[in-house]
Amino acid sequence: MSDFMQTFDRLRDEKRFAEVIAAVPYARLMGVECGEDANGELLFSLPFYERNVGNTTLPALHGGLIGGFLENAALLHLMWNRESLEAPKIVDFSLDYLRSGKAQTLYAQCEITKQGKRVAHVLIEAWQEDRKKPVAVARAHFLLSTGS
Amino acid sequence: MSHADAANPEVLKAMGELFVSLPHCRTLGFEYLGTVGRKPTLRVQWREDLVGNPATGVVHGGVITSIVDTTSAVSVAANMQGYETIATLDLRIDYLKAATPGKAIYCTAECYRMASQIAFTRAVCYHDSPDDPIAHGVATFMRGSNPKPMLQVEEKP
Repeated sequence: MSDFMQTFDRLRDEKRFAEVIAAVPYARLMGVECGEDANGELLFSLPFYERNVGNTTLPALHGGLIGGFLENAALLHLMWNRESLEAPKIVDFSLDYLRSGKAQTLYAQCEITKQGKRVAHVLIEAWQEDRKKPVAVARAHFLLSTGS
Repeated sequence: MSHADAANPEVLKAMGELFVSLPHCRTLGFEYLGTVGRKPTLRVQWREDLVGNPATGVVHGGVITSIVDTTSAVSVAANMQGYETIATLDLRIDYLKAATPGKAIYCTAECYRMASQIAFTRAVCYHDSPDDPIAHGVATFMRGSNPKPMLQVEEKP
């Protein structure tokens, strides 16, 4: 196991969310935050920062940024749930943009739909003020390192 | 590289410059290298703060998503007759192999169908040659997505 995964496991066991994010450089650059919801499920949030804008006249968050936020959420969700000995490798990622991301906090939550020996399938949903009005939905496949 | 082959060279030049100057693209350090035929190319240099896996130094997949989205949008601009607003409808990325830490990533995109309401694009990301890609992306864009123009075209004096 890499030093990074050992550090990650320790931070997770101690629920040091901010340090988990800080361990992933691009997540820190985006400004991602994470915690647990009332049911103990991981909840990711991204407060609005001007540096994440992709349309300055609306304004709206950059589509690529929304993709990166969701992809990162899926990766950390898998690692948090101890599904892989090393950081999972993303195989493919598919994203549907449903509404523009406003200058507000963006939230994301994941669901592991299928957990195989080698591959995991994850659904990711992003929303702002109303969960019933998603900004984007995505799915991803990851290659796992399970040691088997 | 020139914009001569674009449907409207002036629109491509302005939109190409606009798309790489958007705040998030500046944050990532995207550079617009130009357009050959109607295929634009962007570059992003490797940086420590763009890494997704600190154990390997490999760039985060989200950076690939952003450069595919942006380059694909420029390829749509290469097919625009006049200024219009577009928004990504969906995007799929296949990660063919891990990017090499320390090396710049290039992305070249093509809009292979410009329909009346939807534009269809495909893109490849690579280090040295598009024949040895690290990622492949397909996307669709909604045309005329917002009445508010993305670019304020200045009146010529």
